[in-house]
Amino acid sequence: MSLPLVRVLVDRLVGALVVLCVMVAAIPVLVLFLFVIIKGMPGILTPGFFTQSPHPQGVPGGGVLNAIIGTLEIVGIGSLLAVPVGALIGIFLSEYGRNQLGDTVRFISDVLTGLPSIAFGIFGYTVVVLTTHHFSALAASIALAILMLPVILRATETALLLVPNALREAGLALGAPRWRVTLEIVVPAALGGIVTGALLAMARAAGETAPLLFTTAGNDIVQTNPLQPMGALALTVFRNALVPYPNLQDQAWAAALLLVILVAATNILARVYVRRIQR
Amino acid sequence: MVPPPLVAASRQRRLVSGDRVFSVIAYGAAGLIMLIAAIFIIALVVPALPAVTKFGLGFFTSRTWDPVRNDFGALAPIYGTLVTSAIALLIAFPIGLGAALFLAEDARLQLLRGPLSFLIELLAGIPSVVIGLWAFFILTALLRDKVDPFLQHALGFLPLFRGTPTGYGFLTAGLVLAIMVLPIMIALSRDVIRAVPRELREASLALGATNAETTWSVILPYARVGITGAVLLSLGRALGETIAVTMVIGNNVQISASLFATGYTLPSVIANEFTEANGNVYLGSLFYLGVVLVVITIVVNVLARLLIWRFSGSARATA
Repeated sequence: MSLPLVRVLVDRLVGALVVLCVMVAAIPVLVLFLFVIIKGMPGILTPGFFTQSPHPQGVPGGGVLNAIIGTLEIVGIGSLLAVPVGALIGIFLSEYGRNQLGDTVRFISDVLTGLPSIAFGIFGYTVVVLTTHHFSALAASIALAILMLPVILRATETALLLVPNALREAGLALGAPRWRVTLEIVVPAALGGIVTGALLAMARAAGETAPLLFTTAGNDIVQTNPLQPMGALALTVFRNALVPYPNLQDQAWAAALLLVILVAATNILARVYVRRIQR
Repeated sequence: MVPPPLVAASRQRRLVSGDRVFSVIAYGAAGLIMLIAAIFIIALVVPALPAVTKFGLGFFTSRTWDPVRNDFGALAPIYGTLVTSAIALLIAFPIGLGAALFLAEDARLQLLRGPLSFLIELLAGIPSVVIGLWAFFILTALLRDKVDPFLQHALGFLPLFRGTPTGYGFLTAGLVLAIMVLPIMIALSRDVIRAVPRELREASLALGATNAETTWSVILPYARVGITGAVLLSLGRALGETIAVTMVIGNNVQISASLFATGYTLPSVIANEFTEANGNVYLGSLFYLGVVLVVITIVVNVLARLLIWRFSGSARATA
């Protein structure tokens, strides 16, 4: 017995629409990558892109050394602050947090995850810039650290919960105290998940612009002191896109390509690390 | 004979105190995040007070934004935020749901599924400033020259599509937001749809329903709560997105029925004017906007979490 034609047709139509949807969703990604690579390549290959600071507007040449150093240092310091604290909160949630307090911490972490990135910039501004009376890379690092915190702590909790309870019980049965079981047995067994979470958080932080606008504020010369304003790749993209000089706009595309490569490399590193740990 | 204790009494005490130190550190870390949350609220609310005391609730009904006369109101940026997010969801909801259905359960084109999932995940990782750069140079030109004139030609009788398309404005910003929330919408709905019990699907197919009928009358009703949660989380992301929107919305304080008009959103006002704001009231107004934005996104996100927890059972991460 065959189905009525209408029902078959509707089924086919829906099937086709669903395929169309997934294609439409994938197209922007392809187009975006294509443009960023094509328009960013010439700028990246320009001599001096990696070794010079930006030249003044209208003067051709120049590079983004200031921004590369800035992004690496700001994200680096942010990670130094966020990873230990985030991992510790994750340990708390998995080992001590099956209670009301743990649920409160989870709730706060989820709320932080959902906050707009500009809110973290405002936080950095009020807490660091207003109290020290000047813009600094440290303010940006602190803003990014708080943005990274929920990602790291949730990844840590999930990774620790995947460690079989038998391991914990074996450690305790051998007479080891709980803290040594946690630090020397449970955490090493979950290290892959924790490192992955940290790397993903770093990738996200490296691409953020809004938290940098009124914390590190940008700097056209190379600056390595975290108490001073620094440049950052994301700021270079944002600011150079909006000025009417073609060579600076090319630099924006090149900085965007570099940023995408940096973020993608961190993401891939995280995935590769997970695979190696899982094997 | 009583066996000797496994651990000497002094060592036993050391072990216990080690545990105590460690649990104090762990609880301390948990306390730290609460402290951060408290500081966050203070850091946002206190600098807003000059504007809160001056404008009060009238802030929400005033459409003026005049730094020269120190008179500020939030209506225009709130309007812009809501309009752009609404456009984003109108586009991203059907496409995202369709794509999620395909990725979650379609048996066809198995080979394509992996790469397509990967591409969409990649989209989630692209920094918003890069999407903004692309939209600023490429998408605006495409809309100005092709899409907007076409819409005006076809639907110009509606007030939504009047005025001169410049390529910047509500429609462009909404489209950019749609692209940015698609990965979230797809990933979350895909997971929700995958969680629908297999037996339900098989029972429906065994009763003679087609795939489309099964999707419509079995899977979607079951997954509705979770999908609503996915839409709300996408909305939360769209409301707060800053940089990409700032680059394409035109940054103009106005309320216009036309989607081709330029406007402002809450985060883009803050991003654009924060460093040049002089005076307590101007800066305070920007903080006030920040408070409004944060409260709206928290409400939307908490609602979304509650729905998703109701669907999946618990807030706690499960192994």
